[in-house]
Amino acid sequence: MLDFIARRLVAIIPVLTVVAVLVFLMLRLTPGDPAAVIAGDNATSDQINDIREKLGLNEPIWTQFAIWIGNILQGNFGESFFFKKTVAELIAQRIEPTLALAMCTLIFAVCVSVPLGVLAAYRQGSVLDRIVMAFCVMGFSVPGFVIGYCLIYVFAIELGWLPVQGYIRIGVNFWQFLERMVLPSLTLSVGFIALISRITRASVLEVLNEDYIRTARAKGLSSRVVLMRHALRNAAVPILTVIGLGVAILIGGAVVTESVFGLPGLGRLTVEAVLSRDFPTIQTVILMFSVVYVVVNLLIDISYTVFDPRIRY
Amino acid sequence: MSEAKKPVLEVRNLSVTLPKGADREFAVDKVSFTVNPGEIVCLVGESGSGKSVIAFTVMGLLAKALKPSSGEILLQGENILAASEGRLRELRCTRMSMIFQEPMTALNPVMTCGEQIDEVLNTHTSLDAAQRKAKIIAILDRVKLPEPERIYASYPHQLSGGQRQRIMIAMALVLDPVLLIADEPTTALDVTTQAEILKLIAELQATEGTGVLFITHDFGVVAEIAHRVAVLRWGGLVEMGPTEQILSRPEHAYTKMLISSVPSIHPVHRGARKEGITVLRTEKLGKVYSGKSFFQKARVVKAAVDVDLDIRKGETLGIVGESGSGKSTVARCIARLIDPTDGKVFLGDTEIATMPAGKLRPHRRKVQIVFQDPYRSMNPRITVGEFIIEGPMNFGLKRDEAMARARKLMETVRLDPNSLDRYPHQFSGGQRQRICIARALAMEPELLIADEAVSALDVSVQKQVLELLDEIRQRLNLAVLFITHDLRVAAQICDYVAVMSKGRVVEYGSAEQVFGAPRDDYTKALFAAAPGRHWEFGKFATA
Repeated sequence: MLDFIARRLVAIIPVLTVVAVLVFLMLRLTPGDPAAVIAGDNATSDQINDIREKLGLNEPIWTQFAIWIGNILQGNFGESFFFKKTVAELIAQRIEPTLALAMCTLIFAVCVSVPLGVLAAYRQGSVLDRIVMAFCVMGFSVPGFVIGYCLIYVFAIELGWLPVQGYIRIGVNFWQFLERMVLPSLTLSVGFIALISRITRASVLEVLNEDYIRTARAKGLSSRVVLMRHALRNAAVPILTVIGLGVAILIGGAVVTESVFGLPGLGRLTVEAVLSRDFPTIQTVILMFSVVYVVVNLLIDISYTVFDPRIRY
Repeated sequence: MSEAKKPVLEVRNLSVTLPKGADREFAVDKVSFTVNPGEIVCLVGESGSGKSVIAFTVMGLLAKALKPSSGEILLQGENILAASEGRLRELRCTRMSMIFQEPMTALNPVMTCGEQIDEVLNTHTSLDAAQRKAKIIAILDRVKLPEPERIYASYPHQLSGGQRQRIMIAMALVLDPVLLIADEPTTALDVTTQAEILKLIAELQATEGTGVLFITHDFGVVAEIAHRVAVLRWGGLVEMGPTEQILSRPEHAYTKMLISSVPSIHPVHRGARKEGITVLRTEKLGKVYSGKSFFQKARVVKAAVDVDLDIRKGETLGIVGESGSGKSTVARCIARLIDPTDGKVFLGDTEIATMPAGKLRPHRRKVQIVFQDPYRSMNPRITVGEFIIEGPMNFGLKRDEAMARARKLMETVRLDPNSLDRYPHQFSGGQRQRICIARALAMEPELLIADEAVSALDVSVQKQVLELLDEIRQRLNLAVLFITHDLRVAAQICDYVAVMSKGRVVEYGSAEQVFGAPRDDYTKALFAAAPGRHWEFGKFATA
């Protein structure tokens, strides 16, 4: 088991190397000059060149890469071109809203979608099943920003129950923090709920055909016990897998959702950094997202052993 | 009839309707029978006879598509068909219990065996945790599981098939039900394990006076365990009576046909060994599986060790053994579907065990296999004709020539040549197995390997396929390697028999010699475990 975790952690290194090279190259090889953005519209080409020199952008591309990697290995993620802060400070400042949004979405989505999927499977072909399936199709196909604006229109503008946008730190006022989390989490969780409830339904349906479900019924157990104790736990592995993969959706969705609801999180930081060609910030944020993704999926793999005693690493 | 002798189960005029579009209207058609306390009643029939449907109807576990349409099922006088779902739940495991065919999948893989039995007690009794545990340990002991404490905490995958079936029996009998329904409980088990489980069921049932409804397709098992037998066909009851009467003086033609189809355990006399060319010879053939891991100690499994066999033209060599004995490994090594790790395989004069895959290709044609499951060894999306000609065309035969060969082969296996453009699902299991044989023959092989090729078939169909195989062997002077776990089948079709156990050939000789006077202890144990070995099936007393 420890051996397995160690090997998986070591495997992060090549993943990060590939991500680092790709991000670095893509940023340098696409048009757009950060120096020109910083200098503004009226700058002369000499001024721009000065700025390039100062940012180190006139060095050959491999030298730039070597300097960047060297700094990272020393724990220095560089200084933002634009915000006049180190990237580390910037991320520390922006991480809370994103973390809060991701957590709220995850908890909400799992709490809603797993029971929904189980019920849909148990009552296969019923009206409930059809409603859930229809919702899944909708959840997959409607883009996040559309859902976001619809929710804002109904709950914030027409009904006036919740604030339109903004963020209050969790430490400042918990209640107001929660109020401002409801709509963004709802928006972000729609796609996630669609995905998880679909896979839960499919997975539980498959398990319900297993012989041990028949055995459980032959023991005289109630439907609830058969479903929750025997079916769901056996169906857990695919569900967990999809939740792990879904973290990618969360990260992607955070970019859009934070913009719609004006949350000062990492998603919006990414958008701002891309628009202003803030290379060090973009690179670091993306590297961080890949680490999160790999680690979350490692945790998911480890959690399999809790649900299924046959899985041993 | 005294009070004590009142039947535990009375099925009266039971009919179960099949959904529209099925091949017949009723899954079960006006069936009536009784099970008395302390009695084992066997329901016998081929696949589709409705025997399992009856069992599931009694338990109230029928699939939703099936509906009991008439009749009554009385469990100690209480009509189960009229009982509510809640009442049925109360009855399950307290008064009627069921054990199933597949012990490998019938237990929940993510709960310990103890927990799974505990659920029964927790649901149906008000015992506290300590009392429940004591009761479970006691029943585990009664079904003769070693170290009950350890078994209690084990997960199903840590136990063998036989042990799992004991867990199922313990679970079913822990609350002393009056009726036990056993649905092919030993079919998936090895013959020696089967003998132990049958003995266990009979013992427990006799001491507690439990009525048993035992479902099986195997007349050997019937002869071994049943007090009374009911023969079913197409959902209807053909005839019913005491075991001795049904087996030796059946009245109905169908019962007679069914019983005479059971292969005899005494081998047929094949005469002296003919001089012939050796088609296949193995020399110290071995296969070792080793699971290598960087940090862990390598796990080594010796699936086959020092296997020496030879088959001559026109001869059938049987490899007999239980699961895990290595018989299929040997077959696959010979066909080079897997690579042997030791020894040599001579196909004619060519050594193929170590031949690189590229050079092997021309030799592939010479060895053909017919697999166990005719339902899964055919691609459902291509026609039978394409299925047969694919191999020959791969070896350069023109399409129309290959098709002509396929038509001829369909006749050889006694199927209509005009059905070559049909798809596999339009054929029955026996027909599919014939098609698989035709496919193998289309390659004009020198050696035909039949890997449990008749094990999935009903006895009457099995008999026909066996006869067909033997006829083809004679006509084409073919060498056949016949892999089976079924001693009766081996006795009927093999000239020579090799008995395998734990990867080694423990006894090897002519069928008459091995069956008539086995020398090895393992072989003897195997024969002793064969169900119904004292019964000569099909020798009916004249009425």
